[in-house]
Amino acid sequence: MRLIHLAFVPFLALVACTDPEGGFNGGLLGDSSSWDDPAANAEDQSDPTSQAFFEKKIGNRVLFEINKYTLSSSAKAGLDEQARWLIDNPQYVIIIEGHADEQGTREYNLALGFRRAQSAQEYLVSRGVSGLRLKTRSYGKERPLEICSAERCYAKNRRSVTLLTAGLS
Amino acid sequence: MRLIYFGVLAIVLWTGAVLAQNGPLKIEITDGVIEPLTFAVPMFEAKNIEAAAIATKISRLVAKDLTNSGLFREISANRFIAQRTTFAEAVRYPDWRAINTQALVTASVETSSTGRLTVKFRIFDVFSGVQLGRGMQLSGSTQAVRRMAHKVADQVYERITGEGPYFDSKIVFVSESGPKDKRLKRLAIMDFDGENVQFLTGNKNIVLAPRISKDGKKVLYTSFETGFPQIYLLDISTAGRKRLPTSDDGMGFSPRFSPDSKRIVYSLQQGGNSDIYLMDLATARSKRMTLSLAIDTAPSFSPDGRQIVFESDRSGTQQLYLMPVSGGTPKRISFENGRYGTPVWSPRGDLIAFTKQSNGRFNIGVMRDDGSEERLLSGSFLDEGPTWSPNGRVIMFARQTQGPKGAPSLYSVDITGRNLRALNLGAPASDPSWGPVQP
Repeated sequence: MRLIHLAFVPFLALVACTDPEGGFNGGLLGDSSSWDDPAANAEDQSDPTSQAFFEKKIGNRVLFEINKYTLSSSAKAGLDEQARWLIDNPQYVIIIEGHADEQGTREYNLALGFRRAQSAQEYLVSRGVSGLRLKTRSYGKERPLEICSAERCYAKNRRSVTLLTAGLS
Repeated sequence: MRLIYFGVLAIVLWTGAVLAQNGPLKIEITDGVIEPLTFAVPMFEAKNIEAAAIATKISRLVAKDLTNSGLFREISANRFIAQRTTFAEAVRYPDWRAINTQALVTASVETSSTGRLTVKFRIFDVFSGVQLGRGMQLSGSTQAVRRMAHKVADQVYERITGEGPYFDSKIVFVSESGPKDKRLKRLAIMDFDGENVQFLTGNKNIVLAPRISKDGKKVLYTSFETGFPQIYLLDISTAGRKRLPTSDDGMGFSPRFSPDSKRIVYSLQQGGNSDIYLMDLATARSKRMTLSLAIDTAPSFSPDGRQIVFESDRSGTQQLYLMPVSGGTPKRISFENGRYGTPVWSPRGDLIAFTKQSNGRFNIGVMRDDGSEERLLSGSFLDEGPTWSPNGRVIMFARQTQGPKGAPSLYSVDITGRNLRALNLGAPASDPSWGPVQP
């Protein structure tokens, strides 16, 4: 599924769509596909300010241990690189998605995904990224990256993903 | 989207207001039930030619409902000695005793030109040679044949077991399609036996964990409609929905109604922390109930509306806690080895069902509200999300199979742990929520 357009929706639209009385009925942001979609990254990676560059060259994923949301040293190293790039590219606003593997109940995994996203967010802020650019959400176990039922897949699914959207400037 | 509902079925006692009396014919439902009670349902008599097909359908459905409960075993028609044709004829008990039938259900079915369907039925205790209670008459629309059958089966079940009915009820669930990493989900509602599936939402947005109200009219659920998980309230008759304003407009999930459907409990995500909140639906005001740095989620009311049970990992692992709705310190009730989640209070108030993870497996289990007498009723690679039948006898849950093609389907199990059954819906399904017996 290609959802390239999703990545360019201005951040403001997110706010507008949360209007409870708005009769908002699905639409772009309501699409069930996660933003963490490799097919959405078809953009040119040679531009060092591009989303594609960030996702492919810098790396936008951080992995977590089972039922944990603390950042490992390699997770921190990855977020350090993310932070440097994000500070250099202030034109983007950022959504951090948290995910869990399937070994858990639906509700707990939603909460765990939030915690993971929050850990990544707090770390980025501690490294100088403005909190005003950051928002988090959790998909729990709803959007695995790998679909086998084994640790090699679970390890990749316990992740946070830093997603960029075009800013307002 | 609109759902068309059948007219309300009218139930009248046929020969005066006499309640079913449980005579000698009774299933004592305890952990020790082993031998199902045998019953026969001779083809119901059609009073008019137009009613013939309906009479056949209803009699087979009554037999199926009773059999599926696990408490009854049908004596098949090819063993019948007495070939009953009319409802009025006296029962020849020796003919039924000879083929070891304990309970006999006879009925007549009549339709009118105005689309009215009337079923009169009697239940007999064969070995005692007596009718069990008085005859009953149900009337409704000819469009509601399945409901009529479930109502008749409920009456038979109720009179013989002494338990409340549950066949004429609906279940809201999440119908799933598509590959595991891009699963499409939509809310759906069906009859308790998996028939008559109707969709309540489209599948553009991920929807999770619907919870039906006790009057069966509304559904709370979590949707990613805005791109972020939020709580919605849906009216089943119109499929109209609105987002509920959670505290600070934060990300809410895991909502459930209070027994009177006037309040909800839910969990709200703020930063890395999730806590339990209580919302008054009339004012849309929320009150915070827990104040921990842990994950507190999956709250559920007690049937008297005074307490909630929820899961928290404040001790280091997921465990179950009780607290008064008025506030107070949560008290931990689960102490066995493993992680406990998604607690749900039985409508009878006697048990709490839960999902338990231990030794790499998932189980559905029940315990008393003080945590005692824990029993596991199911176990697999991934069982989760129990919901209670309206009479508190049966638990339905989702079981997900393992691997890249793994998908969930719905199962039910008796609270004794017997009679595990898969509901074949022809498509993956999860997150069941069992509604009330329909009026």
